Amino acid sequence: MFGPRLVPDDTTIPFMNGRIAGLVVSAVLSISSIILAFYPGLNLGIDFRGGVAIEAHLKDPVDFNKLRPVLQALNLGPVELQEFGSANDVEIRLERQPGGDTAQQEAVSKVRAALERSFPDTALQSVEAVGATVSGELFLNGLEALGVALLAMLAYIWFRFEWQFGVAATATLILDMTKIVGVYGLTQFEFNVTSIVAILTIMGYSINDKVVVYDRVRENLRLYRRMPLRELIDRSINETLCRTIATSGTVFLAILPLAVMSAATLREFATVLLIGIVIGTSSSIFIAAPILLLLGEGRLRRPVPAGAAEQGAGSSAH
Amino acid sequence: MFYSRWQIIAIGLACLVGVLLALPNVVGQNALRFLPFERQVHLGLDLKGGSYLLLQVDTEAAERERLENVVDGVRRALRTTNIFYLDLRIDRGAVRVKVRDPARVDDARQALQPMVGPAGAPEYQLSAGEGGELVLTPTEAVARERANDAVTRSIEIVRRRIDETGVNEPEIARQGTDRIAVQLPGVQDPDRLKRLLGTTAKLSFHLLSQETVAPGAPAPPGTEYLQGSSEGGRAGGRYLVQRLVDVDGSHLTDAQAGTNSQTGEWVVNFTFDSVGAREFGAVTQKNVGRPFAIVLDNRVISAPVIREPILGGRGQISGHFSAASANDLAILLRGGALPAPLKIIEERTVGPNLGADAIRTGIYACAIGGTLVVGFMIFFYHLFGVFAAFGLVINLSMLMGALSLLQASLTLPGIVGILLTVGMSVDANVLINERIREEARMGWGPVSAIQTGFSKAMSTIIDANLTTLVKMMILFMLGSGPVRGFAVTISLGILTSMFTAIVLVRLLIALWLRRARPKALLA
Repeated sequence: MFGPRLVPDDTTIPFMNGRIAGLVVSAVLSISSIILAFYPGLNLGIDFRGGVAIEAHLKDPVDFNKLRPVLQALNLGPVELQEFGSANDVEIRLERQPGGDTAQQEAVSKVRAALERSFPDTALQSVEAVGATVSGELFLNGLEALGVALLAMLAYIWFRFEWQFGVAATATLILDMTKIVGVYGLTQFEFNVTSIVAILTIMGYSINDKVVVYDRVRENLRLYRRMPLRELIDRSINETLCRTIATSGTVFLAILPLAVMSAATLREFATVLLIGIVIGTSSSIFIAAPILLLLGEGRLRRPVPAGAAEQGAGSSAH
Repeated sequence: MFYSRWQIIAIGLACLVGVLLALPNVVGQNALRFLPFERQVHLGLDLKGGSYLLLQVDTEAAERERLENVVDGVRRALRTTNIFYLDLRIDRGAVRVKVRDPARVDDARQALQPMVGPAGAPEYQLSAGEGGELVLTPTEAVARERANDAVTRSIEIVRRRIDETGVNEPEIARQGTDRIAVQLPGVQDPDRLKRLLGTTAKLSFHLLSQETVAPGAPAPPGTEYLQGSSEGGRAGGRYLVQRLVDVDGSHLTDAQAGTNSQTGEWVVNFTFDSVGAREFGAVTQKNVGRPFAIVLDNRVISAPVIREPILGGRGQISGHFSAASANDLAILLRGGALPAPLKIIEERTVGPNLGADAIRTGIYACAIGGTLVVGFMIFFYHLFGVFAAFGLVINLSMLMGALSLLQASLTLPGIVGILLTVGMSVDANVLINERIREEARMGWGPVSAIQTGFSKAMSTIIDANLTTLVKMMILFMLGSGPVRGFAVTISLGILTSMFTAIVLVRLLIALWLRRARPKALLA
C-alpha cells in the first residue's frame, strides 16, 4: 500500500555529532555571504536604486551601434543597454535622474519619443520609472517586512513551544537570510522587491520545516523523559527525515519547471527559491537543531503527564 | 473514521462548488453562459498589460499658496488700519510680520483677529513672536483636515480626467496619507495621461497691467510677471499682469474643444455659471479695449483684447492649439482644477505580450510541476499518493475558484505562489502518510493506524500552516500590488490545502477503508 522508502526505516544518523561542523560551515557561508553583499555587492534593481528601466521590442534586430548614440544624445547620463530574449529585444537602463521624482518620468517620455523617431514600430514591453522617494521607501518597507516577519515567527514559536525553540529558529532564519543575500551577490541576480518576496517565502518555507522537527522534539520530550537531549533531537530528526525529504522534494519539483522555462524576472525568482529550499531544509538539521541543543541542554522542561506527577517526584527522591 | 451521509454530501458539495467556480477560467467564451458562475480570475497589471502610476499630492504646495493669500490679507488689513509693518513673510510654516511701532502691536493684533477664523474652530493661531513680531500659524487640526480634503478631492478629479480619456476600468485608490495609486489596464503609452494628471489646471483671468516698467525693474506692487505658455512650440514671452484674479476657473460649467469659425483655428469654448457670468460680464464691460490674460497654472495661454462686453457667460480661449491639445485643455477645464499639484513619482508599464507570455509559461509550469508532484506522490505512497494527488487537483480548482470569487488579482509572483501551493499542499499529506506508516509499523491495525496518524499529524499541520499564514498576512499588510497578489494567493492556497488534506483526503481514505477492508497497511 505504501511505495518505496526515501529513507530506510530505522535510520539513525547521529546528526548531532556534526553539530559543531554544521555551525562552523554555516557561519563561514554566512560571513562570506555578507562579504559578497558588499563585494562585488548586490545588483540593486531600480526598485531600490531609482532610475528607469525599459524593455523594448524593436521591429528589426537591435543595432547597438545605432541605438546607443540615439539615446546618448538625450543627455540622460550613462545608458546601459543589454540584449535579452530575442535579438529584437533590448533592455535600456538609466541611472536615477537628478532633479527629483518627476525627472524620472520626463526621462521616460524622452526615451519613448526618441525610440519612436529613430526606430518606428518599437513596442515597449515594460517601463519602470522610480524616483528617489519611492525607492527609499520600498527599501525601508522591505526591511520592515523582514523584521516584522522575524518577530512574528519568534513570537509564534515562543508561544507554541518554548523560548529556546523560538530563539533557535529565529537565529537560524537570520543565518538563512544572509545566505540568500549571498546568493544574490554571487549570481548578480537583480535585487528588487521580488527578491524580498523570495526571501520571505524561503523564510516561510524554512520555518515550516523547523516547526515539523520541533513538533517531534516536543512530542518526544514527553515520551522519553530521561533520554539525553542530544539523543532525543537526533531521534526526532531521523523520525521526520523521510517527511523532510519528501516535502522539500515536492516543492523543489513544483518550482523547477518555472526556473527552467520562464522569462528573466520569474526565472531568477524561481532559481533563488530552489536554492532557498535547500538552504532552509539543511538549516533545520544542521543549524536549528544544534542551537536548540546548546540552548536547551538541561533547561528544556519535560512536561510531566497528569497523574504521573506524583510518581515522578517520588522516584526522583531515590 | 465514520462519516454520515450528510457529511459526505457537504464535503462533496464544497468540492463541486470549488470546481464550478474555477471552470470559467478554462472553458471557452461560448460555454460560459451554461455555467452557474461566470467570474474569471482578475489578472494584475503585470499579466494583463497596462500602466501603473503613483501620484503624490503636494499638499505642502497647497498650504504654501494658502499662506500667500494670508500674507495678502495681512497686508490689506494693516494698510487699512494704517499700521506700519516690516518683514511680512512666510517662514517656518507660518506668516510672520513685525509691527514697527511697539505701541501699536495691540492694534495690529485687533486688525488681524478676523483672519483667525471662527472662535469654535480657529483656522489660525495668532501669537506674539520675539521682538514685537506677530505670528499666524495654521492650527494643526485644520492643516491636517485640509491636506486630507485635498487628497480626497484630487482623487475625484483624477477619476474624472481619466474617465474622459476612455480608459476601461481604471482603478484609483488612495495610498498612505497623500498618495494616489492609479491602475490603467491596457494603457501602453501613459504619456498623455501623465500630462493630464500632472497639470493642476488652475484657470484664471487677469487684466494686463498698463503700467510701463523699465526693462529689468521688478514688477510693481499688485502685479507680477508671468511667462507665456509655449504651446505649439512657440516661445512664450513675458506678460505683466495684475495679481488680482478677476474671474477664476471654478465658475466654469462646461468646456469643449472646437474650431473658430473665422480663422479655422482650434479653440476651447467655455461656459460660466451665473456667478461667473456676472463677474465676467462686469469686468469685460468696464475694460473694453484692454488686453485680458487667460492664465493656466501661472502661464499665460493668450492675452486677447476685449472687443466688447461678454455678458452671456460664454467665451473662447485661443492659443495656437492643435486638435489634441485643445481637447486635453477642455478635459482639464471640465474636470476642474486640482486642489494641490500632483507629482508622478512612479511609473510601471507592461506591454500585453509580456503578460501573455508570463501566463503561458505559468500554465505550462503549473502543468509540469503538478505532474511531477503527482508522480512523486504516487511513486512513494502508492494508493495514499493517489488520494493526495486527487486532493491536489481539487485544491488547485478551489484555489482558482476562490481567486475568481474574491476577484483578487493574480500577479506574476502570484503564479509562483500557485506553484508553491502545489508543492506545499502535499506536505500535509506527506505528514499524514508518514504518520500512518509509523503507526502501522508499531503494529496497529489499518483503522486505528489511520485514525491516530491523522490526529497526531494534525498539530504539526496546523502549526506549520499557521506560521506561514501569519507571515503572508504581514506581507499583505506591508506590500503593494504584485506582492499583495502573492500573499493572497498563498494564503488562499493554505486554506484550501488544509481543507483538502484534512477533510477531503481523510474522507476518501475512510470510504476506501469501508469498501476494501484491508487487513494490513504494510506488506
